[in-house]
Amino acid sequence: MPFKEQREGWWKVMKKVAITGNEAVSQAMRQINPDVVAAYPITPQTEIVQIFSTFVADGDVDTEFVTVESEHSAMSATIGASAAGARAMTATSSQGFALMWEMLYIAAGLRLPIVMPVVNRALSAPINIHCDHSDTMGARDSGWIQLYSENAQEAYDNLIQAVRIAEHPDVQLPTMVCMDGFIVSHGMENAELLDDGVVRSFIGQRTPKHSLLDVDNPATFGGLDFADWYFEHRRQLAEAQTHVKDVVLDVAKEFAKISGRSYGLFEAYRLDDAELAVVVLNSAAGTAKVVVDDLRDKGLKAGLLKIRLFRPFPHEEIVAALAGKKAIAVLDRADGLSTMGGPVFVDVRSAMYDAPGPKMVNYIYGLGGRDIDTEQIAGVFWDLAKIAETGKIASPVTYLGVRE
Amino acid sequence: MANLRELTKKEELLCGGHRACAGCAAPIAVRQALKAVDTPVVVGCATGCLEVTTTIYPFTSWRVPFIHNAFENAAATISGVEAAYRALKKKGKITQDIQFIAFGGDGGTYDIGFQSLSGAMERGHDMVYICYDNEAYMNTGIQRSSATPKGASTTTSPAGKVIPGKTQFRKDLTAVMAAHNIPYVAQAVPSHWNDFVTKVQKALAVKGPAFINVLAPCRLGWQFDPSETIEIMRGAVETCFWPLYEVENGTWRITHKPREKKPVRGWLEKQGRFRHLFRPENEHIIEEIQADIDRNWEALLARAGMA
Repeated sequence: MPFKEQREGWWKVMKKVAITGNEAVSQAMRQINPDVVAAYPITPQTEIVQIFSTFVADGDVDTEFVTVESEHSAMSATIGASAAGARAMTATSSQGFALMWEMLYIAAGLRLPIVMPVVNRALSAPINIHCDHSDTMGARDSGWIQLYSENAQEAYDNLIQAVRIAEHPDVQLPTMVCMDGFIVSHGMENAELLDDGVVRSFIGQRTPKHSLLDVDNPATFGGLDFADWYFEHRRQLAEAQTHVKDVVLDVAKEFAKISGRSYGLFEAYRLDDAELAVVVLNSAAGTAKVVVDDLRDKGLKAGLLKIRLFRPFPHEEIVAALAGKKAIAVLDRADGLSTMGGPVFVDVRSAMYDAPGPKMVNYIYGLGGRDIDTEQIAGVFWDLAKIAETGKIASPVTYLGVRE
Repeated sequence: MANLRELTKKEELLCGGHRACAGCAAPIAVRQALKAVDTPVVVGCATGCLEVTTTIYPFTSWRVPFIHNAFENAAATISGVEAAYRALKKKGKITQDIQFIAFGGDGGTYDIGFQSLSGAMERGHDMVYICYDNEAYMNTGIQRSSATPKGASTTTSPAGKVIPGKTQFRKDLTAVMAAHNIPYVAQAVPSHWNDFVTKVQKALAVKGPAFINVLAPCRLGWQFDPSETIEIMRGAVETCFWPLYEVENGTWRITHKPREKKPVRGWLEKQGRFRHLFRPENEHIIEEIQADIDRNWEALLARAGMA
């Protein structure tokens, strides 16, 4: 391949590539070719907007790129663009995500199908640029759909599917696609990209029911509700969440046809006959799979549940998958600071309340980019084995890999 | 130059039945601004009196597409709408010419929305931002903003036993916006409707961003009778407290020079928010206000080449 092509246009000739998470997401954005992208730099997301800027500069996309002066304005402009009928995107991490927080609720409340990659990073203080899930976990009640991605391939695939999920007439909800900062965003992996044409026909065109630019049918967006209407509109938002699950599965089915890759609400890895299960999101699932294989070789009935759709929370399916296990550990890469465990644990345990039997424990790990290794995850499984045997939980919430 | 006969024939794009107070200048300013529009227009609005009084679900006073997003981001929001318009027009999905106006009060413009405004103006979106400046946070109950004039009593700068109302002079936002070197910046007031409507027409006509600061007295916050709104506005111009001018491609021009510059004292006297200044111990503040007005007016005359 000529050097110039290799440098600038490799995606035009190669489909199976060594690629970072940020590059994969940028490629998905190029293929989605949004009408408007309004974004602001923040580590470790910056690369996404940088790469996307080159697509704009080179005319590889038709996008109006709005280089806003903050993430608050990024989400505000994206909301404006989406309300105007455009397919609108932004991307962020950590503090930038936190600065958007007010607007996240408005995007969901206005039922705007915005799609946003989020590169998960810890929140200050202390300031830290590395991965944990504190940022997106803070917005789990905002009304956004949250899809989590183990690696670059999943981030790429999720982002393309997110467009269809968000814009589905029964859903009409903003959707964020999360991947781990640095570990995935900057780590090089093999991934397979789809043809531009295939992606474009898969996502189709956005056809909004109402738009600010439909000047012949003027509509008021963002009006004031008093106590006589606010509750009804929030109830509709809650109702929309109940449609998400089916749409996610339908879109995944269609996506499998164009990609050969299948997705569900979560991935169950050697879980069916497992007695001891670990629940985890994002990149740590890859590490955990190695541990599961290893422990299976040693005769331990270990299994893994990797959540893909965290919001809305597919509680029935998760309960069905985990029911009957002897002991379960939920690994949270964010601390709820409630003294009763991380956010994923709280949800999973609450969902399991009506399920028969399993003992459940929580491990908070990896905050601020602290590595989690196979030995630590193996240790979790050995803890579970002991809990299963004795029926006793020594510590419901454990901080894993921290100096105490 | 606007023609009153022509303007009255145009449809009211902000219809009656909204819940603004009697004597509120904000809807007057909006109605006049929208009379200047000849093409379809999309309006954005910051959280504030204008938004809450005109969009109470299931009603709306807006006969044009309208979006309220949040308090500090009317400019960013409309910049997104305008970007969507450019994108969809490029793709042939939109064929009409559409104009974009964002409205914000002084709180949403001078203070919390200033960053969003500055960013949108710097990026060069083809939009008009109109600040309806009622000189305090009126929607939340008359708290001081950086637009509140010195000496005014508000609920967070109350005239007390030791502090006589707001102690700082107001921010000169119009000049700050002129420093953004955008094609058009103006200061206006609805009492001088022809001046204001003409400025909105000019602002809409320029390619790129434009900013208009329109004084919009609040009868509750300023404490005057609702029948006196227009008189209070006129007084602001006649005293040169609120000079009418424009900055067109960097050229400053005073659009209305009062025949006789009246002392500010008489204008302050008509407003309850300045009542405490007339106590003997506070009289010096009136002098300071007058001196500030004089200084600013001279500076404006110099900028406009009229000194």
